[in-house]
Amino acid sequence: MRTEIRICGFGGQGIILAGIILGKAASLFDENEAVQTQSYGPEARGGASKCEVVIDNKLIEYPKVQDLDVLVAMSNEALIKYIGDLKDEGTLIVDPGTTDVEDVREFIDSHNIKVYEAPATKTAMDEIGIKIVANIVMVGAITKITKVISKEAVMKSIEDSVPKGTEEKNIAAFEAGYALVE
Amino acid sequence: MAEEYFIQGNEACAKGAIVAGCRFFAGYPITPSTEIAETLAHDLPKVGGSFVQMEDEIASMGAIIGASWGGTKSMTATSGPGLSLMQENIGYAFLTETPLVIVDVQRGSPSTAQPTMGAQGDMMQARWGSHGDYEPIALSPASVEEFFYFTIKAFNLAEQYRVPVFIMADETMGHMREKMRIDEDRIEIVPRKRPELTDDYLPFKHVENGTTPMPAFGDGFNIHITGLTHDERGYPDTNDPETHSRLINRLCGKILNNRNEISSVFHQFCDDADTIIISYGSPIRAVIEAVLKIRKEGRKVGYIKIDTPWPFPEEQVIELTEGAKNVIVVEMNLKQMYWEVERILKEKTNVHFMGKIGGLLPAPDEIIYEVKKVEDK
Repeated sequence: MRTEIRICGFGGQGIILAGIILGKAASLFDENEAVQTQSYGPEARGGASKCEVVIDNKLIEYPKVQDLDVLVAMSNEALIKYIGDLKDEGTLIVDPGTTDVEDVREFIDSHNIKVYEAPATKTAMDEIGIKIVANIVMVGAITKITKVISKEAVMKSIEDSVPKGTEEKNIAAFEAGYALVE
Repeated sequence: MAEEYFIQGNEACAKGAIVAGCRFFAGYPITPSTEIAETLAHDLPKVGGSFVQMEDEIASMGAIIGASWGGTKSMTATSGPGLSLMQENIGYAFLTETPLVIVDVQRGSPSTAQPTMGAQGDMMQARWGSHGDYEPIALSPASVEEFFYFTIKAFNLAEQYRVPVFIMADETMGHMREKMRIDEDRIEIVPRKRPELTDDYLPFKHVENGTTPMPAFGDGFNIHITGLTHDERGYPDTNDPETHSRLINRLCGKILNNRNEISSVFHQFCDDADTIIISYGSPIRAVIEAVLKIRKEGRKVGYIKIDTPWPFPEEQVIELTEGAKNVIVVEMNLKQMYWEVERILKEKTNVHFMGKIGGLLPAPDEIIYEVKKVEDK
């Protein structure tokens, strides 16, 4: 079954790395197919950043989102911009520290959106001591909520993707994110 | 034993280049091709190769032409604005029969337009960008894995025909990540052929529909390489109409007369199709998705994926579209490869166009809408 995930926020938040980790996990460490695409502005940091991951148990032809299952918003600007692409009864995951779901309440209610709040930035600061792993905290929350990729695969993918020497902190961030939501 | 990677198209291209035997890269980084340069800057020195960041794309082409004559398989990578600057030297590479590979990861154009957005607006620039009569080879990958294998194929064709070969990718293909399987059994390498040092060796020998092995600087041959019309020794002979005509006809002929060897397509459901969609590069992925969907509705729709836009696979396209009522060309520009299809099919069937510019891939639903519009009118 095809699952389409879009992660969005600001450039510099590690949005694209989060998508790579999920895609690599599904594709190399679970027995699925995955395609990860991205769009970004010419700025290195601060501009809008968007990453899409399509996961399926069969070969994926069209690599982009057609009918969005999961929207992960790490900035309010991105939340407002992309909420409209989410399908009915789709899943919205937000970082309440950087977004305000009340701004999209009308859409959430009228389309029966399932909303999860995962305070990734705050958890990264409080539990790991560095804001930079907020994206990995979010990967933990996404893994738990969506259940399309196994926990073990994501952990292997994190170890394979993050800079050498940072594996321990990133795995801790992942576990913290995984524990954030039910 | 196959190895699996989850990497970007641009990284796959760089890996393919190294496997193909590329040991020299000169370029000027430009979005959305930069990861090719970045990966090769990292990987080439590890295999004894060289990476040079040049002052611009004009010099980049000059450097890879020189490196190729130095006996090294060479490559550059760029995007539309860089390809424009390379055109003068690309013509020089054609006339001097210099094997090399030019990767163009296309972005919104003309000028510097949309650095981070995809497009296919350089297809005709690859065909006609330099002045004069010449016949390019161009490959368009549609998956990360194809980007790897097509890069190897590009080097092989460059060596086989002693020509520059283009890889016409696009931003989506360059930046997209997906699973790539490298299977040793699927890899075939054409090594650089070296001539024997004999008294009668001719570096530009007239071989019908072909070419002759070239030496490297330092091999001990006394040869002359020039962008002027030259005889078989390579010496300028600019006023003899016969010399020029013979040379240019041979250079064009070695590609055109081997067109069916060089060009390739992939196709599905064409046998009974009322409508056949023709596309290449990233948009073909949307086309395939659309075709699979629309066939479930009972419509007889097939597709042709053009792997080698140049030389255009005329015979294959004519044969596969036999009997189809409609042909739709889908590409990310405002009609480029469309004209090739229209030229060869306009007497036989209705040729339609669906173009999309702005940077986004056509969506499968947009293609389905187009098919219905064409079939139900």
